[in-house]
Amino acid sequence: MQVENNVIQIRGLKKSYKRMEVLKGVDLNIKKGSIFCLLGSNGAGKTTMVKILATLLKADSGEVILSGCDVKKSPEQVRSVISLTGQYAAVDGLLTARENLRMVGRLNHINDVKAKTDHLLRQFNLEYVANRPVSTFSGGMRRRLDIAMSLIGNPEIIFLDEPTTGLDPQSRIEMWKIIREMAAAGVTVFLTTQYIEEAEQLANHIAVLHEGIIITQGSAQELKSKLAGGAVLLGFGDLSSYITAQETLNGYSCKIDDDTLTIEVATDGSVKQMANLLSILNGTNIAFLEQKQASLEDVFLTLVAN
Amino acid sequence: MNRQGSLRWKTNDHFVMAGRCIRHLTRNLDNLLIVIVLPIMMMLLFSSVFGGAIQIGGDENYVNYIVPGILLICIGYSASTTAVSINMDMSQGIIDRFRSMPIAKSAFITGHVIASVFRNIVSTTVSVLAALVLGFSPKASFVEWLIIILILLLYALAMTYLSTIFGLLAKTPEGAGAFGFVMLFLPYVSSAFVPLETLPKALRLFAEHQPITILIEALRSLFASTSSPFIFEAIIWCSGILIVSAFIAGQIFKRKTV
Ligand SMILES: Nc1ncnc2c1ncn2[C@@H]1O[C@H](COP(=O)(O)OP(=O)(O)OP(=O)(O)O)[C@@H](O)[C@H]1O
Ligand SMILES: [Mg+2]
Repeated sequence: MQVENNVIQIRGLKKSYKRMEVLKGVDLNIKKGSIFCLLGSNGAGKTTMVKILATLLKADSGEVILSGCDVKKSPEQVRSVISLTGQYAAVDGLLTARENLRMVGRLNHINDVKAKTDHLLRQFNLEYVANRPVSTFSGGMRRRLDIAMSLIGNPEIIFLDEPTTGLDPQSRIEMWKIIREMAAAGVTVFLTTQYIEEAEQLANHIAVLHEGIIITQGSAQELKSKLAGGAVLLGFGDLSSYITAQETLNGYSCKIDDDTLTIEVATDGSVKQMANLLSILNGTNIAFLEQKQASLEDVFLTLVAN
Repeated sequence: MNRQGSLRWKTNDHFVMAGRCIRHLTRNLDNLLIVIVLPIMMMLLFSSVFGGAIQIGGDENYVNYIVPGILLICIGYSASTTAVSINMDMSQGIIDRFRSMPIAKSAFITGHVIASVFRNIVSTTVSVLAALVLGFSPKASFVEWLIIILILLLYALAMTYLSTIFGLLAKTPEGAGAFGFVMLFLPYVSSAFVPLETLPKALRLFAEHQPITILIEALRSLFASTSSPFIFEAIIWCSGILIVSAFIAGQIFKRKTV
């Protein structure tokens, strides 16, 4: 474990509200410049975790180090390297988009507020509404402004709590593009979502928060292969091979299809089992072989169900 | 670039926050009505509608008699809107953004307070101008005007911090708005519009001892350029309320946001 690479380090994080334990000991390491995605159902504690990381809420115990600074001991230093886009748009409805950006820019004490404001308005396609009060904005426009306001202070780490909830498909794709661009520019993105597809599309690193702990983590690929119950689809070139194979595979859990001459064999996804399968079928005319992986959704539902 | 935590850094934060709140004033029609229309309406109402009916004794000009009361009502009410703005800010996402930024802690509240003072300066100026048009004839000297301004400023600050407490504690903006009614009605139970002797006994007892009466008497004698023991008392009352409520507001804010 290369500690210096981990811009976010969380150890044994616990938090309860009154009697209810929301976080029961979360451990996480997140690499600099990556897109990290915290996946969890409603009420899993995603917002609670983001709030603790963003210095808004005190943990009961555990340690959080952001870019080398301890959240508990030096929140002021932490605040100067992070920025938060909360679950509910943190924009000032009475001000215009430009005024919002300038306000946050000046509160971040950056030097070139005006230039940066113009640049962000352009980048987030808000130029045409720059001088309109934000209360007249659509949800998507508000979200874009919200994120632009988070970027104006040049944060090292940006927290996005459900950035695409409530957006239409087009705006969501636009948001994904923005998030990828942020990461490409070297910002570490910590985002929460309830959408598995979003995690799969964006994240280098996914963690699933369930009942107060991280039940699994890794890349989308790793998570999928962790789930037993993948399958291999075998297609045969002729009827006799198809029939022979059926006899050979007696004892395996198979799904056969006489029309297409295919057999779907359930596997645990391991290489060993795959090699074994191919060796016993040696000699049959296999026209094609397709590894069918569990979808991330399967992984999620299986894990959460257990 | 300023260093984080330096005086210039903090001053900047206070100014930005105040700028934000002052901008809000110009965006919100209700606010403008309170600041400009309320003082004029009050002056007109009291001088023309009630002016003939209320006997204050002697041959004193009734406009002169009511100006201090109206000034205090307008200041109190205008300061009370701070409760609503603060409550709205606290219940919306924007406060989380501010809290996650490296901003001077007190800037959020001072921003609202500075805006309130600004609002009160405009509102009081409008009140005085309206009064002058309606026949107000102050005899105060330059120094007495300065003392009047000091008392009004202290009163505005005290009421703003008091309403900050309400704004922080109220569950909803509507609840926070209720403070405005207190500030609107408290001056009626004082010597603001009728001599104390004309009040029923129970009310009179309250009126005699509440600080608004002291402030009214102090302002009245300052405008008339007569000396009065109430002037000193008024300053003490306002400073006292200001210090206590600013301290309590600060503590509540800290507790709510750490
Ligand atoms: N201030 C609070 N006081 C008491 N309970 C709270 C508080 N905030 C959150 N909770 C509870 O803690 C749990 C986790 O809430 P949290 O908001 O962190 O979930 P979430 O994963 O963000 O959910 P969602 O997807 O709905 O946003 C929930 O059961 C919620 O009811
Ligand atoms: Mg949430």
